[in-house]
Amino acid sequence: MAKYLFLSLATVAALATLTLTGCGKKSGNEILNVSYDPTRELYKEINEKFAAKYEKEKGVKLEINVSHGASGSQARSVIDGLKADIVTLALPSDTDSIRLKGNDLLAEGWEKRLPNDSLPYHSTIVFVVRKGNPKNIKDWDDLVKGDVKIITPNPKTSGNGKLSFLAAWGYVITNGKSEDEAKAFVKDLYERVPVLDTGARGSTVSFAKNEIGDVHLSWENEAYYQVKEFEGKQEVVYPSTSIMAEPKVAWVDKVVEKKGTKEIAEAYLRYLYTDEGQEIIAKNFYRPYNEAILKKAEWAKPIKLFKITAIAQGWDDASKKFFAEGGVFDQIYQKPAGK
Amino acid sequence: MATVNRRILPGFLPGMSYTLTYLTILVLVPLGACFFKAMTLSWDQFWGAVWTPRAQAAYALTFGASLAAAVLSTVFGLVVAWVLVRYQFPGKRLFDSLIDLPFALPTAVAGLVYRSLYVKNGWLGQFLVPLGIELALTRSGIVWVLTFLGIPFIVRTVQPVLEALESDQEEAAASLGANRFQTVCRVILPNLYPAIVTGFALAFARCLGEYGSVVFIAGNKQFDTEIAPILIVNRLEETEYGEAAAIAIVLLVMSFAMLIVINWLERWSRRNEH
Repeated sequence: MAKYLFLSLATVAALATLTLTGCGKKSGNEILNVSYDPTRELYKEINEKFAAKYEKEKGVKLEINVSHGASGSQARSVIDGLKADIVTLALPSDTDSIRLKGNDLLAEGWEKRLPNDSLPYHSTIVFVVRKGNPKNIKDWDDLVKGDVKIITPNPKTSGNGKLSFLAAWGYVITNGKSEDEAKAFVKDLYERVPVLDTGARGSTVSFAKNEIGDVHLSWENEAYYQVKEFEGKQEVVYPSTSIMAEPKVAWVDKVVEKKGTKEIAEAYLRYLYTDEGQEIIAKNFYRPYNEAILKKAEWAKPIKLFKITAIAQGWDDASKKFFAEGGVFDQIYQKPAGK
Repeated sequence: MATVNRRILPGFLPGMSYTLTYLTILVLVPLGACFFKAMTLSWDQFWGAVWTPRAQAAYALTFGASLAAAVLSTVFGLVVAWVLVRYQFPGKRLFDSLIDLPFALPTAVAGLVYRSLYVKNGWLGQFLVPLGIELALTRSGIVWVLTFLGIPFIVRTVQPVLEALESDQEEAAASLGANRFQTVCRVILPNLYPAIVTGFALAFARCLGEYGSVVFIAGNKQFDTEIAPILIVNRLEETEYGEAAAIAIVLLVMSFAMLIVINWLERWSRRNEH
C-alpha cells in the first residue's frame, strides 16, 4: 500500500511541475479589460488609440487585452480569479457583485473615483425591426399586439436581457400604472420570446442572421451595429421611453496592486473621458457623457430615459428584486397550465 | 530478501498506481469538490434548490430527451451498421469514417448548424416549418441534435459484433425453414442485444451531459426547453454556486443510478445470450 501511495505522490508531483512551468510569463505592461458582450468594436478602437497615445507620451509599449461575454458571467469570472485590471460591465450591479463577493477585489466607493460617478458613457434599449417595419411597431404597447414575436437575451445571464426587462417594466410604471399591471405586461411580452440567448450578440445572431422574430430589444449601440452589418435589412425604432443604462467602469484594486498596473489602468479609464475618447465612444454609438460631443452625434435620437431609481432603490436592489431566484422574472415564468 | 512477484503479468504496480492517480485527479477530486460545494448549503436550502418546479421540469426534459434520442440513435444506428457491414458500395470507406465525425466535431458547431438549417428561413426549415415540423428552438430540436450525437455510439458498438457474425447461422436458419423476418428476430438480433444495450447506454449517458449543442438548438426557456445542464449554468451566472452544485449532484446521482441499471441490464442480456 505504501508503495502505491509513494508512486501516486510522485505522479502528482510530476504533473504539478509540468503545470507550473507552463505559466511563468509576467509583465507590468499588460492589462486586461473584462467587458460585456457588444463592446467589441468600441474597445478595439479605444485600445489602439490609447496604446498609441501612451507609447508616445510615456515611451512604454502596452499590451491591452479585452475579454467579452455576458455581463453576469464576466463578473463571475473575475470573482473566480480572472486577473482583470479593468472591468467595464453592462450593469453597476454586476460590477458591485465583484465588490460584494470578491473578497476585497474592488474597493468600497469605487463609483466615486472617476468623473460622473464612473460613467464615461451611457446607453439604452431600443427596438430593431425588419425593413419597412411590417408589424408597425412604434412603442412598447405594440410589442404585445397580434402575433408579434420578440427577440431579447436571457435576463438571468445577460445585461441586455436585464435592461430589456427593466425598460419594459419601467415603461408601465412611469406611465403611472401599478406593479400588477407591469407584471401582466412583461408576462405577455416574454411569452412572445421564442428563444432566450445567453448574451446580446447571440440575440443579434438569432434576429439578424437566423431571422427569428419581428422585433429585437437591443442595446442602442448593438442596434446600429446590426443595421450597419446587415445592410438594409433592418431599421432602428425609438420607443417613447426607455431605461438609462449605466455601464460604469472601474479598475480592480487587488489585481492592479499585485500586477503593478494601477497607473496604466487608471490612465486607460481616464482616457475614456478625454475628448478623443468621447469621440470614439460617440462614433461607436454609445452616448458620451460630454454634452457637446453627444449633441454632435446625429444618430442619438432624443428619447425619454428613466433612471433605475424610478423602479427600484438602485441597481443592486433591482437585480435582487427582479432577477434573483424566485424574483419577478421567475414569477412571470411560472409553469404554464396544462403542460 | 527479495519479494517474489506472484503475478504472471509484469507491471501491475506502476500500472495500478497510475490508474489510481489519474482516477483520483481526473474524476474523484472534481466530483468531491462538487459535493463539498453543495455541502455549504443547509438541508432546506439544498432541497429548495434542487426540487423547484423549474428544476423538476429541467430534469424531466433532460432525461426524456436523452432517452428519446438514445432510442432514435439505436434505430438509425442499427440500420447504418447493417448497411456498412453487409453491403458493398462505392464510397463505403468515406461513409464509414463520416460516422465518427460527431465524436470530433465541437458540439456547439453542430448546434449552431442545426439551428440555422431548421429555422424558418433556413435551408431545410423553409420546407419543414410550413408543414408544422419545427426542429429549431423546440423540444423536438433537442432530441434531434442529441440523436446526431448518439448515433456513432450505436454504430461503433454494433458493427464489430455484426462483422463477427458468420452468415452460416443465417443459412442454417433459412435451411431449417425460417423466413427472413424470423431470421432477423430470432437469430441476428439476439446476438446483437449486448452490443445494442452497451451502445444505447453510452449514447444515453452522452446525451444526459450534453450542453454545447443544446444551448443553441433549444430556446432555453424555463419549463419548456431548458435542460438541466443549462439550468446549472444559469444558476452559476447568478453566482449561486452552492445551488448550482446541488443541482449538479442530483443530476449526477440520477445518471449514476441509471448507468447501474443499464449495466445490470447489459450483464443480464449477456447471460441470456446462450
